Order: sequence, then C-alpha cells, then structure tokens
Amino acid sequence: MSEPPLPGELGKHSILIRPGMFGMLRTLHETWACRELLYFLAWRDIHVRYKQAIMGFAWALLQPLLTMVVFTLVFNRIAGIDSGNIAYPVFSFTGVLPWQLFQNSMQRCSESVVNEARVLTKVYFPRFIIPFASVISALADFCVALVILFGLIIYYDITPTWRFAVLPLFIAYAVFAALAVGLWLSALNARFRDVRHIVPFMLRLWMFLSPVAYPLSTFIKKFPPAFHWVYTINPMVGVIEGFRWALLGTDSLEPALFVNSVIITVLLFIGGVVYFRRVERTFADVL
Amino acid sequence: MSDTIIKVDGISKEYRIGGTKVAGGNLRESVVNFCREQAETLKSILSGAAPDSGTEKFWALDDVSFEVKEGEVVGIIGRNGAGKSTLLKILSRITEPTRGWALMNGRVGSLLEVGTGFHQALSGRENIFLSGAILGMARSEIKKKFDEIVDFAGIDKFIDTPVKRYSSGMQVRLGFAVAAHLEPEILIIDEVLAVGDVAFQRKCLGKMDEVSKSGRTVLFVSHNMPAVRSLCTRSILLEEGKLVYDGSSDTCIDKYMERNISMRRDGDLSFFRRDRITDATNAFMKNIRVTGGQRVDEHLPSFTSGEDVEIVMEYEVRRPVRGASLTLNLNKLEGDKVSVIYTGDKDLAVDMEPGTSEVKCRIKGLPLTPGLYQMNFGLNESGSKGRATDYLVGVPLFEISEVPETGGNFPHRPWGAVQWSDVEWVMPCDVEGR
Ligand SMILES: Nc1ncnc2c1ncn2[C@@H]1O[C@H](COP(=O)(O)OP(=O)(O)OP(=O)(O)O)[C@@H](O)[C@H]1O
Ligand SMILES: [Mg+2]
Repeated sequence: MSEPPLPGELGKHSILIRPGMFGMLRTLHETWACRELLYFLAWRDIHVRYKQAIMGFAWALLQPLLTMVVFTLVFNRIAGIDSGNIAYPVFSFTGVLPWQLFQNSMQRCSESVVNEARVLTKVYFPRFIIPFASVISALADFCVALVILFGLIIYYDITPTWRFAVLPLFIAYAVFAALAVGLWLSALNARFRDVRHIVPFMLRLWMFLSPVAYPLSTFIKKFPPAFHWVYTINPMVGVIEGFRWALLGTDSLEPALFVNSVIITVLLFIGGVVYFRRVERTFADVL
Repeated sequence: MSDTIIKVDGISKEYRIGGTKVAGGNLRESVVNFCREQAETLKSILSGAAPDSGTEKFWALDDVSFEVKEGEVVGIIGRNGAGKSTLLKILSRITEPTRGWALMNGRVGSLLEVGTGFHQALSGRENIFLSGAILGMARSEIKKKFDEIVDFAGIDKFIDTPVKRYSSGMQVRLGFAVAAHLEPEILIIDEVLAVGDVAFQRKCLGKMDEVSKSGRTVLFVSHNMPAVRSLCTRSILLEEGKLVYDGSSDTCIDKYMERNISMRRDGDLSFFRRDRITDATNAFMKNIRVTGGQRVDEHLPSFTSGEDVEIVMEYEVRRPVRGASLTLNLNKLEGDKVSVIYTGDKDLAVDMEPGTSEVKCRIKGLPLTPGLYQMNFGLNESGSKGRATDYLVGVPLFEISEVPETGGNFPHRPWGAVQWSDVEWVMPCDVEGR
C-alpha cells in the first residue's frame, strides 16, 4: 500500500476515501451544499404528515388545545394551581405551545437516524442534515398551533407589546435545545434501540420539571435558592418563561439564571455535534 | 495520472460477526467477561467506534487494489458474500474502509438499490423529486429531465398516484428511471437488475450500454454473467474479500466458473452457501448427489439429453422442520436461467426430524442442450418471512454431454437451453422415392 496523496494534490472534484475521512470542515461545507436535500427531507415529512389535510391540521391543532383543556381541569380546577391575575387557559397554553414544539422536535430528532436507515445504507450525503431536517416538521406543527394562540390573545383581550417581537428568539432557543439533546439521542439510537423506549418516559418527567402547568414562582417558593440554579439549567424553563414574558408580561426568571441555561445548552449542543460526527461513520455498519 | 479516474489502494474492511460467542466457562469467568464487555462497550460508546457486539472479526475486504481509467466499464463479480457490495459502499462513501485509501477523481453517483428514498405515501411525481434529491440531483436538473424520466418508466398515467398503489414492477421501473438520469462522471451500480420483468431489464441494460458508450466510467456488480460479458470489457473477481483476478471479462468469468466447478469437485458446500450457518439455523444442506448418468466425475456427472436425473439432497437437521418448501432454480453455468422446480407446485410440504434427512427429486427426461448446469437450493420454512433457512447459490450440478438422435448432423448445440425430443414435422410434400 502506498501513501495516499496529500489534500493539496487533489483536483477540485476529487474525493479521497480513507479511514476517518469525514472531516469537520468538509462536513459543514457539504451540509451547506446539500441544503436542497434538507429542504426535500423536511418537505417530505410535512407533506406526509399533512397529506390527509384535515387530519394533519386537526392533529396539530387538537393536541395543544386538548392538553390545555385537560391542564385547566386538572391543575387549575382540581389541584388548585393559581396563575395569579392571568387566566389559567392562556397561562397554560403559553407553556404547552413551546413545550410541544420542544417535545416533538426532540422526539423526531432522536428517531431521525433510525428512520432513515434504509437511505443511509444506500446513498451518501452528509448524515448531519438528517437530525436538522427532522425538526422542521415540528416547527410546522407549531406554526399551525399558533392559530390557537392568536385566538386566545383576542379572546382574552391581551394587548400586543414590543415584547412580541422577541418571541422568535425563544422559539429558536426551544428548537436549539431540542437539537442539543436530540443529536445525542439520534446517534445513540442507531446503536441502542432502547433509546426509543426511554425518550417518551424522559420527556414525561421533563415536562413535570418544567413550568408548563404551574408558574415558576410556585416552584421557586417551595425550594431554597440553592436549588433554583439546578432547576433553571433546564432550557425549557427559560423558553417557557420567555414566552410568558413576551406574551403575558410576567417576569419571574432572573436573567442571570437564564444565561446559565443558555451556556449549558450551547455546551450540550457542541458535545452533541462532536459525538454525532464521531459516530456517523459507523451508521451504515450498525443500522 | 490524468486519465486514471479511480485509484483504489489496499482497501480493507473489517466487520464483526455478532452473536456467536463461545459458551461455557464458570460463573467467575462469566462475571469477569461481562464486566470486561461492559467496560469495552462504554469505551466504544465514548470513542464512537463501531460496537464490539461479537467477538469474531473478519475481513469483508482484504487489501484490494486496482485502477480504473476514464471511460472504462468494469464488472465486479464474485460469489455471495465476496465483498462486492462492501467495496461499492466504500467507494460511494457510505461506509469507511478500515485500512487503505481510494481516490475518486470525479462526481460519483451510486445506485445500490432501486428506488432509494421512495416514500410509499407520496405520488410518483413527488417521489421523483425526493429520490432525485437524495441521489444528488439538483432540483433544476430533475425538473429538466422530469418528462424523460416519466417516459422511461412508462408510468405517465399513474404519475399522481401514491407509489404504494404501484405494482412492484412499476416501482422498480420508476426507481431505475430516476437513477438512470443521474449524470455523474463515475457511476456505481450494484445488482439492481435482478428485479423487474425481462422487457424492462433489457431496457435497463440498453440504457447502461448507452451510458457506458457516452464515455462515463462505470463500476458494475452483477451475477448476470451474460450482461457483464456484453457491457464490460474488463472485470474484477473478488473472493472472500480478496481480489483474485483483474483483466478481460471473458477470462475473469471463465476463472469464476472454473473456481466454482473446482469447489464443487471438492464437494465443499459451504462455499456456495449464501448465509452463514448460525445457532438459529434449523437445518442445512450437508451433501448433494446426482444419480444416474455416466459417472465420470463423482460430483459432476454427465448425462445425455432426455435422460432421467435424480437429485438427492441430504440435510443436517438440528430442530424439527415443519411445512417447509424447497425451491430449486436450474441455470446454465453461465447464468442463463432455465427453470424453477418448487415443492409447492405439488402442494408438498417438507417435514424433517432432527438428524439426517434426505429429500429426493426425480426429473424424468430432462430436455436440455449440452453444457454445464448449476442449481440454487432454497429451503424455506413457513414462518421465516421470505428469508431462507438455508440457501445455496450456483452449485455446478451436472453436465449434458450429448444430444441423442441428431443423426450426426448437429452434434454440438450449445445455444438455448431446451432440447425438445418430441417434435413432429409436417412437410409440404412427400416426394416419392427418396
Ligand atoms: N454491516 C455489516 N456488518 C457485519 N457484516 C457485514 C456487514 N455488511 C456486510 N457484511 C458481511 O460482509 C461480507 C461481504 O458482504 P457483501 O454484501 O459485500 O457481499 P456481496 O459480494 O455483495 O454479496 P452478494 O452477492 O450476496 O450481494 C458478508 O459476509 C457479509 O455478511
Ligand atoms: Mg451485494
């Protein structure tokens, strides 16, 4: 076996295949070159989901709506959780909406690699775009559910402020956090199919540890300040409180705690990227 | 070096065979082993290496090197499990080599499966775009070629029907049509013509011929020797991961067939087995005998066309087999298909008890032309979801040496496969006195 040529000696369209060939820069470059494929994969997910148009839309609407109704009954009426001077239905909906965006994104992301197994073992493209494409359909569901939010805003006569304009940042943060966790899970799932069974359970616990159905202040009141830091590591605390801050004008989360969670999420995301890239070269062998 | 478009140097790929661990040992050993395995698993999770699920490793490809010049059409042949698909997967970057390197000097398009990326719920039109994008075509390119693709597949009436309502033949046609319109400099094709009807196969071969004449470089894996012979001037023979011959297709195919015959002469059946025997294999073929005929060679007897042939299949049975079926595919040694003999045609079920079981199949008056014949033996249990319990491919079985009653006019008739003995002629007139 002779020495392979150096990268500098290669032509423009030449590809050198060797162990450990998937370099980071190349991946980023190729991912960018494949954005059309990203679009097609996302389009396929959305299209298949909404193919039977009525059921597809209805589902995206009904899920958050029914969750809100049940939350209002159980947590507000029965358990007596109080949302202060904000009507509980709007209050819980501003939690349910970002939560479901996060939940759907993360769940679809964690299953994305396994779901594409057939394609992955038959054709090359940067594996990286798979988890990214998978969260876009969750964003579409979210946009459909926004209709309900607008309905509630009108019904409860909430006056829009400049803070509404900041909302996209929190939406992006919810998806980013879902990707940060989802990248890890999607790569692990390729090798350990048990991940599939763990994710729903994990998400259920996670929801109760996020201020979806109760105000953050209720939680904070019950625990000494030392715990607040731990609790707010959960990026969804920041997202949900961000939603309520932007839409309802509450502000119960200290910005410093929010910054903590952002830093940790960014680290998790970087770790996820590195881990995914490490494992992606074996996808075709283990799937 | 300018006209070398593919250079493969010392490519090797190691795989692990899962699930076959040596049992036994005492508890302490098991505990120690268990802990060691867990530690290794954890290490491999963290390092991102492939899982160490089985202890046995083997080289699916072993130090393969070759070069391809621009515009060459190279066939890759070899038995099942020889490593052909693995080689193509490495060259299309689906998986990494364990060792060695390869240089591809051009855009690579690979067709390892027909209909890659199809989604059953989407229409033909939508799938053309989706599959095209996955195979690496730009949207504008697909748009431009759309009509041509639909035309080639011959499905214009069903273009807006969901693919799940297509027959499997239609799906194959559409899948191939999309891939056939890729325009890479290097085209990599794996055994994709094994599916689909004959007319479409011919159309695909025609398209491939066109592609190869257009100056593109093609790597073509196939078990269809006549196709390899006609499409490729040069071929590579792989055997158990090693490159054993690289040269003209004719010589390569001869080598391949010689090798099969000599393995048959040695009576080694494992060489012909498609899937390894595992703990889960309930029964497997131990021995094949063909009786009758002239016994020139114990494992490869010769017959006269029209003689009776008896095939005796001896199975080693580990667990009771119930309601299984046997499928025997008879082919010419060169690969042309001749016939299928199937127990299900007579509503027969194969039941076998543990131990050694013999199944005999008598064929009366086998009407074949001279030449060597091979057979595939598939034992299928009822609940096995299409995956054969034991499957032997291309076992050279017998030779038809002569055709009787030719009156000496045409002693050699190697064309076609069937030699009718019951033929009646009616002539326009019967001239007296001849
Ligand atoms: N992902 C994998 N993990 C473990 N072993 C594998 C894997 N893929 C292939 N193998 C093994 O590697 C060997 C070569 O397989 P390969 O698919 O390349 O054979 P092939 O020449 O294409 O055979 P065929 O003619 O049946 O298509 C086989 O023994 C196969 O079982
Ligand atoms: Mg193969």
